[in-house]
Amino acid sequence: MPKIKVKRASTTIDMTAMCDVSFLLLTFFILTATARQPEPLPVDTPASTVQIKVPDTDLGTITVGDNGKVFFGVAGPNIRIRMLERMSEKYSVGFSKQEKERFSLMEGFGVPFGNLKQIIAMDNTERNKKGLQPGIPADSVGNNPSELHEWIIAARYATKEIDNKEMRVAIKGDAKEQYPAIRKVIDILQGQKINKFSLVTNLREAD
Amino acid sequence: MAELNTGGKQQPRVDLTPMVDLAFLLITFFMLTTTLAKPHAMDVAMPDKDKENKDDNLELADNRSMTVLLGANNKIAYYMGQLEKPLEGPTTVDYGKSGIRPILLKKMKDVQAATGKGLIVVIRPSDNSNYRNLVDILDEMKIVNATQYMIGDISNPEVDLLKSEGIY
Repeated sequence: MPKIKVKRASTTIDMTAMCDVSFLLLTFFILTATARQPEPLPVDTPASTVQIKVPDTDLGTITVGDNGKVFFGVAGPNIRIRMLERMSEKYSVGFSKQEKERFSLMEGFGVPFGNLKQIIAMDNTERNKKGLQPGIPADSVGNNPSELHEWIIAARYATKEIDNKEMRVAIKGDAKEQYPAIRKVIDILQGQKINKFSLVTNLREAD
Repeated sequence: MAELNTGGKQQPRVDLTPMVDLAFLLITFFMLTTTLAKPHAMDVAMPDKDKENKDDNLELADNRSMTVLLGANNKIAYYMGQLEKPLEGPTTVDYGKSGIRPILLKKMKDVQAATGKGLIVVIRPSDNSNYRNLVDILDEMKIVNATQYMIGDISNPEVDLLKSEGIY
């Protein structure tokens, strides 16, 4: 009886093409990924089933956390510079060009206006040290509106001047933050006739 | 002279499998982080606060309105109609699908059947509720598709109510 010869094909495949494609994709994702900036006040946002994403531009974010500390940040370096210029006119404190440049790279801040220069002078890791920034004062002093109120107004004007758009306001609160702290921020917004704003949340699986 | 034995012409082949493995692992990582990192925004519209006529309160029909008081310890108290003579309640419930959600759904159906109009939900967070409670109740409004709701300030009698229910 003749023997049946089974021809064994080699199992190795040429991986070169697969490798090419995967590295192409990898490069694409690395380049499109936006590096996450370290936040000065990390908060744990509550979850919701809302699917709408936070916009990237023309957005002012008010972060509330760590027992009522309020931080503020605006999207876009140009808007930040313009906002700082408006504030420096208001409080008649001058900032050098270099300081403005450094400020435009800051994601958010939470200091009274008087301490802003100090914070600008620090480097990134030093600035984001936990507990260093005490929060922007949100209480009005006498008849003067609070500093947070002034910052929001300045940011709105700056957004309007540079992008010719209305700034959207997002409140990013820590899940454990007590309601009065949030209420204070909402009251400031309503004092400027901002009745529509967003609450920043995480995604939750529908249950 | 000694000759090097190169053993003929052999194709230099490298095993690319680990490299591809690694590449795909990184792809997965970057794909997931780019899509998941973005936070979500829940839009909230507050009723306009008119400083000139503060007493200009909106009259709500008793049989259509439901007031939800957010208390401490993740509890809710709700009543229908007015606080002085509530049509139903006050009752204490929890958040989530076994707490406030079936009640909201039932009330929406009842009010729709009785008056032909939708239910109006008034949300009043107390000072002892936290931000998660506010987001949860607003999320609940989205889930049950309640279109008419507003966030208001809590009054002293309502705080007393929460105290008597033991959730303040």
